[in-house]
Amino acid sequence: MTTYEDIQLTGYRRDNGRVGIRNYVLIIPVDDISNAAATGVESLVRGTLAIPHPYGRLQFGADLDLTFDTLIGYGRNPNVAAAIVIGIEPNWSNHVAEKIAETGKPVTAFSIERTGDLQTIADAARVAQQYVQYATGLSRESIEWSDLLVSTKCGESDTTSGLASNPTVGRVFERLEPLGSTMIFGETTEVTGAEDKIVEQCASPEVAAAFQKGFDDYQELVKSQGVNLMGSQPTEGNIRGGLTTIEEKALGNVEKAGRCTVVGYLEQGEAPTGPPGLYFMDSSSAAAEMVTLCCAGGAVLHLFTTGQGNIVGNPVLPTIKITANPLTAETMTEHIDVDVSGLLRFEYSLDGAADRTMEMMAKTVNGRLTCAETLRHDDFVITKLYRSA
Amino acid sequence: MKKGILLHESDDDVGVATMDLTVGEVIQAVTLEGDPVAEIELVDDVPLSHKVAMRDMGAEHDLIEYGRAIGSTSTDIAAGAHVHTHNLQSNRWSGRSQIVEHHGEQS
Repeated sequence: MTTYEDIQLTGYRRDNGRVGIRNYVLIIPVDDISNAAATGVESLVRGTLAIPHPYGRLQFGADLDLTFDTLIGYGRNPNVAAAIVIGIEPNWSNHVAEKIAETGKPVTAFSIERTGDLQTIADAARVAQQYVQYATGLSRESIEWSDLLVSTKCGESDTTSGLASNPTVGRVFERLEPLGSTMIFGETTEVTGAEDKIVEQCASPEVAAAFQKGFDDYQELVKSQGVNLMGSQPTEGNIRGGLTTIEEKALGNVEKAGRCTVVGYLEQGEAPTGPPGLYFMDSSSAAAEMVTLCCAGGAVLHLFTTGQGNIVGNPVLPTIKITANPLTAETMTEHIDVDVSGLLRFEYSLDGAADRTMEMMAKTVNGRLTCAETLRHDDFVITKLYRSA
Repeated sequence: MKKGILLHESDDDVGVATMDLTVGEVIQAVTLEGDPVAEIELVDDVPLSHKVAMRDMGAEHDLIEYGRAIGSTSTDIAAGAHVHTHNLQSNRWSGRSQIVEHHGEQS
C-alpha cells in the first residue's frame, strides 16, 4: 500500500526561499471600487485569479493596517507566483505592491484615477499575460515537509470533532513538529475554557504572556460591548450532540494542537518569522475570516475539521476538509476530502487516521485540487475591526 | 466484548459512546490509540456521541475528560451512567463558581 511517506512532495521554491504548492498570478484590488477592474483582468487573461472584497476605503488605524496586511500577505504568500495590484489611487496601490516586491516576485501596481477602468484593465492585462507565461514556465521541484506552513481551524463542530477529527489533526501536527514544519492554529474566543492548556504548551513565559494578553483583550472587548457571548455556549445543537460544558467544547477544539509546543504568538494575519513549530494566531473563530488570516500569514495548506459540515474554502490557500461524522461524510461527499469516521467504528487508530490525512496532504501539495478548490469556494474575507470613517 | 466507548485519556472519568448504547449492556472502553481501558456495564441508555461515567463519583466532583476538569458533578453519578446537563455543570460560566454573577444574564 502506498503511504504518505512514499510520496515525493513537490512545490515551487520562491526567490525568498519560501515554498508554495500552488502557482497563482493574483490580481489584488486595493479597494472595493477596484473590484471591477481586477475581475476584468481575470476574465481577459487565463491563469489569473482576482480576489474581490468589500473594503479598503476610509479605513483608519489598526483596521486599515489589517486590511493592508491581509492584501500584502496574500501577494507575499508562496502559493502566488506574481501579483498585479489595482487601486483607485496610486499611493496605496504602490504601498501594497512595494511590500509584495520584497519577496522578489514580479509585481506591478496600477491606479484607476486619470486612467479609467478600461485603460487600466488593458494595461494590467498586458502585464498579467506576461506574468502567467512566467509562472507557467516555472517547474515544480522536490520539497520536504519542513518547507510547508500548515494551518488549521474547525467549524460546525460536534462531539465527533473533539473525539476524532481534531485529535487527527493534532496527531498530524505532532508528526510535522519533529519534521521541521511550521504550523498555525488560533480561534481566540473558541479556546475559552482550555486557554490554560495552551499556556501550559507555550515554549516560554514570554510566549505564554503574549497569548494570555491576546486572549484577555478579546474577553474585555466582549465585555465592553455589554453582551455575554458566553451565555450561548455550548449551543443547543452542541448539547443535543452530547457536549455539556464550554470547557468540554474548548478542550475538543484545542485537540488540533496535539501535544506540540507553542513556539510563538502571532497577531492577526502576521507571518511567523521565528523557529519552525506551532504558532497561535489571534483570530476570529468565523471560518472564512480565520482561513483568510492564515493565508495572509503565509500558510500554503490548511486542515479544516468539521462535524456538521462547514463548506469553507479559500482562493489561495487549499483547504482540506476532514470529518469524523459518518452522516456528514455520507450526505456532503462533494465537500469532504478525508473521512475519518472509521475512528468511531474502531477500524483504525488515531495513527491510521493521521496516515489517511497525510496521504491527502501529500497529494494536495503535489497538485490535487481539494473539494473546496473544485467547487470554487473562494471565500476571501478580510477581518474588519471597526466601522470606517 | 463489544467496543463502544472511546476515551481521550485512559484516566478520564468519562468516555464517549461511539454508538447508541443500551442499559444492561457490558461495553469495552478503549483509548483513541486502541488500548483497552475497562469494561463498563451501562446503567442508563446513552446515545451516540454522549458521555458515559467510567466510575462512581460523588457530587461536586471535578469531572475529568481530556485529562482535565470539564465541569463539576451536580449529583452522585454511578459507573455506566449517562453524563450530561442533568448531572454535570460548567465551572466557568454557569457553574457553581460563577452562578451568582451570571444569574439573570443567561439567554
